[in-house]
Amino acid sequence: MKRDGEVVFTLGNDAITAGAIAAGARFYAGYPITPSSEVAELSSIRLPAVGGVYVQMEDELGSIAAIIGASLAGKKAYTATSGPGFSLMQENLGVAVMGEVPCVIINVQRSGPSTGLATKPAQGDLMQAKWGTHGDHGIIVLSPSSVQECYDLMILAFNFSEKYRTPVVFLADENVGHMRERYVRWAVTPADIVDRKAPSGDPERYRPYDFEGESDGIAPLACYGSPYVFRINGSGHDESGAPCGRPDNADKFIRHYEDKFLKNIDDITRVNSFGMDDAEYAIITFGCSTRAAKAAMKQARAKEIRVGVVQIVTLWPFPEAVVSSVGERVKGIVVPELNLGQLRGEVRKCVSSDIPVVGVNKVDSRIIFPDEVLKGLEEVVR
Amino acid sequence: MRYMDYLKTEKFPLFWCAGCGNGTVLGAIVRAFEELELTRENTVVVTGIGCWGKADDYVTTNSFHGTHGRALAFGTGIKLANPDLDVVVLMGDGDGVTIGGNHFIHAARRNVDLTAIVVNNFNYGMTGGQYSATTPETRITSTSRLGHIEQGFDICRLAEAAGAPFVARATPHGPVQMKNLIKEGIRKKGFAMIEVLSPCPTHYGKSNRLGGAPEMLKWFDEHSVSVEKARRMAPEELQGKIVVGKMVDREAEDYGTKYRRIQQAAQERERRGA
Repeated sequence: MKRDGEVVFTLGNDAITAGAIAAGARFYAGYPITPSSEVAELSSIRLPAVGGVYVQMEDELGSIAAIIGASLAGKKAYTATSGPGFSLMQENLGVAVMGEVPCVIINVQRSGPSTGLATKPAQGDLMQAKWGTHGDHGIIVLSPSSVQECYDLMILAFNFSEKYRTPVVFLADENVGHMRERYVRWAVTPADIVDRKAPSGDPERYRPYDFEGESDGIAPLACYGSPYVFRINGSGHDESGAPCGRPDNADKFIRHYEDKFLKNIDDITRVNSFGMDDAEYAIITFGCSTRAAKAAMKQARAKEIRVGVVQIVTLWPFPEAVVSSVGERVKGIVVPELNLGQLRGEVRKCVSSDIPVVGVNKVDSRIIFPDEVLKGLEEVVR
Repeated sequence: MRYMDYLKTEKFPLFWCAGCGNGTVLGAIVRAFEELELTRENTVVVTGIGCWGKADDYVTTNSFHGTHGRALAFGTGIKLANPDLDVVVLMGDGDGVTIGGNHFIHAARRNVDLTAIVVNNFNYGMTGGQYSATTPETRITSTSRLGHIEQGFDICRLAEAAGAPFVARATPHGPVQMKNLIKEGIRKKGFAMIEVLSPCPTHYGKSNRLGGAPEMLKWFDEHSVSVEKARRMAPEELQGKIVVGKMVDREAEDYGTKYRRIQQAAQERERRGA
């Protein structure tokens, strides 16, 4: 997105907050945790100034519950946290999945497990973002690698959450959240913003989960206080929201929680490619590690290794087709990430077993440096 | 709207066991709705999980059915996002003061304009009668077969200590009083908590040989003491008694009203370019 706007030099968490408010978010509930706290602090200042609400809850269980409630009362809503808080949020993340409630959960990742190395950078919550809440379901997860992307992708996160009636996890990391750099705070226009599809017709006939008759496969969502009286249910339910234990109904809805993303994967997928046109090797990565990957690419090309970088922005649903096609074009793949191989495993599933997929993995609280990526790449090239 | 219009009668008979107090509480709630002329569109009933958490199956207003213990947190978001809504949060003793105890004390302290109706049957009915945070010491439950060794919460005292400006207790033996207290609670600008003691003859009553529903109701009646009378009684005289009525009703500006001033101040600051 190259758009004119105010040039700002600031940290990622500031741009995340600015992006949320630009996207139309007017409600924040959260519990402070480093390295995400700036999102809470800035939201507490900026939201009331635009008529929004900031509320600090007693814990992260309550924080995500409050944003789900606020969303249903008609406000675009978000929360920000880090590993320990994200673990607590898994319970009600499931409510947002099953209730199909738009909301955005920002996880500025830090080292784990448990309290971990507070608060060093890590990218260890990639799998948790998809699988942390129990039961089968799909979800959208976006991951920024720069301050500009913090702003741009927050707007996209809200748009996706509204369009697909889903929680969206914004998977940042300590490095990106606390890094200061320049970004363009472009002014949004109504054309940039997606609002949830509202019901129309006879309110007596409104059924909040009747997705089958919809051309986009997403049921319209009313808000509390409108003429459309409705029921949201985190238990297994039918089209009206009434509890329903019929096997055919359960099958239909549980598949729907994943299918609605898979059917729209082309719309949801965001992947940034750098130098891939003539690449014989690929570095596939996400988030802060993208930066080291791009620097390593330059160093490698100076050594006449033809390598490109593929930054996975939409981590879930995982862009399998994109990664498969990369695998068909290259001789080897390096996957740098601040965990022990969570992305590498997904990449491995998508490419031929003849192609080496080598991880560059760090969990020592430090970011990955370009020469470490280069070293991994040279192993593949040999 | 008549009170029956707030009920999904097509879903009758109620899911609850014979003798359960939940139906009486639901009846009192919809009668309070009628008298307050609440609209279906502007009312949101939020429920937790458990026997009483099924209450939203039977109401025709907006509703939200979420997770065990978190009902007040969902309700907080709904109310703060749209202060014009009437938000009524239904919880059991498990939801309200056991798994959800943290949300309960903070909702009371924060004083969001919600009405919490906590139906306390002294045990977890849905899962087979295990002890909860309100089970009194020595009582028998399916997980305290030899007698419970923890002390139970007094929900009203907890709410009062946490700062709730409206606290009341009723029993199904006094359905009119219950309805009136619920009505006052909904009308109250601020956090209102009404505890309703409820017989669970299936589990708690059976385990403790308290008889069937009529005997349990009679027990509530015989052991009930009005708030006014209790004020004149010594603590030892109140042992084993149930104090019913309105314990707390004081003026305290609610969170939403205060927050609107924050919004105005923030907007003023923005205009000045601060």
